[in-house]
Amino acid sequence: MKRVFARWPALLALALGSLLAACGGTPASQPTKAPTAAAAATAAATSVPAATAAVTSAPAATAAATSVPAATAAATAAATTPADDAYVFGMVLVGPINDGGWNQAQYEGMKYVESRIPGSKFVYIDKVNPADRPNFKVEQGIDELLAKGAKFVVTNSAEFSDGTNIAATANPKVYFVHASGDSVLAGKAPANVSNIMGRMEYGKMMAGCAAALQTNTGKISYLGPLIDSETRRLVNAAYLGAKYCWTDVRGKPADQLAFKVTWIGFWFNIPGVTLDPTQVANDFINGGSDVILSGIDTTEAIVEANKATKAGKKIYAIPYDFKAACEQAPEVCLGVPYFNWGPTYLKVISDAKAGTFTQSWDWIAPDWTNINNPDTSIVGFEKGKALSADNQAKLDDFIKKLADGSLNLYTGPLSYQDGTPFVAAGAKADDKTVWYTTQLLKGVDGQSAP
Amino acid sequence: MTSSDQATPVRPDHRSPRSARRPPLLVGTLALGGALLFTSLVLISSGVPPLAAYKLIFLGAFSTPTRISDMVMLASPLLLCSCGLTLTFAAGLYNLGIEGQMILGAVAAMIPLRLLPGLPPPLLWALALAAGAAGGALWALLVAGLRVGLRVNEIFAGLGLNFLASGVSLYLVLGPWRRIGQASSSGTEPLPSAIWLPTLNNLRVAPAAPVIALVALALIWVAVTRTRWGLELRAVGLNPQAAGRMGIPAARRLAESLAACGALAGIAGAIQVIAVFHQLIPSISSGIGLLALLVVLLVRANPAWVLPIAAAFAVFTVGSVQMSVSLGADSSIAGVLQGALVLFALLARGFSARR
Repeated sequence: MKRVFARWPALLALALGSLLAACGGTPASQPTKAPTAAAAATAAATSVPAATAAVTSAPAATAAATSVPAATAAATAAATTPADDAYVFGMVLVGPINDGGWNQAQYEGMKYVESRIPGSKFVYIDKVNPADRPNFKVEQGIDELLAKGAKFVVTNSAEFSDGTNIAATANPKVYFVHASGDSVLAGKAPANVSNIMGRMEYGKMMAGCAAALQTNTGKISYLGPLIDSETRRLVNAAYLGAKYCWTDVRGKPADQLAFKVTWIGFWFNIPGVTLDPTQVANDFINGGSDVILSGIDTTEAIVEANKATKAGKKIYAIPYDFKAACEQAPEVCLGVPYFNWGPTYLKVISDAKAGTFTQSWDWIAPDWTNINNPDTSIVGFEKGKALSADNQAKLDDFIKKLADGSLNLYTGPLSYQDGTPFVAAGAKADDKTVWYTTQLLKGVDGQSAP
Repeated sequence: MTSSDQATPVRPDHRSPRSARRPPLLVGTLALGGALLFTSLVLISSGVPPLAAYKLIFLGAFSTPTRISDMVMLASPLLLCSCGLTLTFAAGLYNLGIEGQMILGAVAAMIPLRLLPGLPPPLLWALALAAGAAGGALWALLVAGLRVGLRVNEIFAGLGLNFLASGVSLYLVLGPWRRIGQASSSGTEPLPSAIWLPTLNNLRVAPAAPVIALVALALIWVAVTRTRWGLELRAVGLNPQAAGRMGIPAARRLAESLAACGALAGIAGAIQVIAVFHQLIPSISSGIGLLALLVVLLVRANPAWVLPIAAAFAVFTVGSVQMSVSLGADSSIAGVLQGALVLFALLARGFSARR
């Protein structure tokens, strides 16, 4: 009997252990508190210029005024909703809201909206991925938000496309935005779904340029997430920026630039499923690469670059997605291309609240008058401390050329890895060609998965 | 579990059915009380009001038709896996390889769905379920072969094969079965909705799934409690050597129970594909096999109790999903409650057996 009872707890511990291991996938890297605090600081700072705030909130105010009867009607009709008469909008996020990257930027965007639409309430469900929430689908996440009274839902990850459309079909009175998707463009979305994405290609060109300006070894690496047309076009954009600044700004021969991408298989680390981004970053460093561009949601690239630099090497990183990402390790950060979702979400949510939602597929360029304007530009680039003053000036010059249109890096001849033409000689790629990039460009070392 | 019932020649009265009837109530009360106390401590220490949390955990799954349907769709594969594990536990085996068997069932179910999408859907579903059962059974027979042939403990064989099964599905999702133009561990191309197991209007419940699970439960209940095969299985579970001397083919019964368990897990995997996810994802088993292990540890392989406990665990899991949105707490609290229930049930049983 003793033997038997000794076996059970051991078995239970084993089963529980595996169950918890299966359920509780830890976020890839522990983001420090610094970014959040910094973000709060920047958010506070951005709300100071009262003039711009007033400009942006003016339409919101009129929207609020017009939608009052509708709101009361809804409130009386749906007495079950716990919320009073607040306009509730929500977000389903693939990762944690404090990941120092994609999800944090999305979350901050929604908080921006909440702070600018009086009487609105933001609800969210994060970590909707198979590691953190096994057996849980995006439709279920959306239902949780609808149960909280949400009238507008943003889903923030590429693989939420089908689930968003299913939920939108089932809830025709709720409006949806699927960020980064293209089901509207592809004609597969119901009428209450829109797609929004920023033209991060420009941000990635700046990142590639900064990398090429600062690298000593000429070896640039890109920590890639999963492979799809979005991630391919972002890698290609980074490569185009790097190639231009390497050859045309630094005057070096193109064949001395090495540009390598390694894909981990998902947006962030899932132990046992994806490659470990920490490991991949170290492989880059050990392979002689001295600048790592991040394409994933989390902060491993800058964390590992910082560790290697502290250990005596000189490694730079360019994180991604989140404005304050450099603050994790400013000494190694060349800059960060980031998303600023707030103004765009404010517009679309205000429209929906006012009953003027119209379906669209929006691929929005930065505000070229000032790409870092927090109230207008969806894509920005925050230069890092590690970028030398000389290179900062060169990067500013590069950005100016992108802004005035005098430089279009999608000008042919450009070909894919296997030699098929991407853009013909002298031609400029149109939006659809860029959006549906089917391969990496010739010159990029990495898997295309066409 | 039966294996604990064997070794009490000292106090044979304790084994008699009459006296065995009282402890379950006591054990149940002790286990529930202990588990609630423990979970409350965890909740309080993380700053969550326990009453509000319990309201969600126990009743949250019934608050809307959608949630009830989610609960049913979780309970169905959980029930299938628990049924299978009832068999292996009766035979004295700890089939920790059930997750892998589920994954292989899902992978096998994808084969007819990918190769013959043009078949009439009912035929295709039958094929997918049959292929799932075959895949799961084959994977379980590997465990049986290692156990019977090479004397590798089934716990380790099963765990090892779980890793291998995850590897297989991951390879297929990222490799040959990946979406066109993509390579993402988020899953294969979704199946065309025409070949999804039909769901009730606007709900996510596919009524066929719980029906299959209940039929399986009835079959297993009859097999374990009403047939000679079930009796022999339990005899093997109590003492394989003695059973062998009585003329029972012990090795064969062990292999049969594993294969049957694998088949049921495989069907659960197939249901995950055609009725829940509508695609193959690397973590298609979603820890349901491990949850079923907890269910069976709690009910001691008694098929009559599998249904209520599996249903209750599904209720906890689905109910606790709302924890993060409503209370800002992590929904893994359901796992704490489930684990604590099993732990305290084992402790209570230990004490009542000692007294």
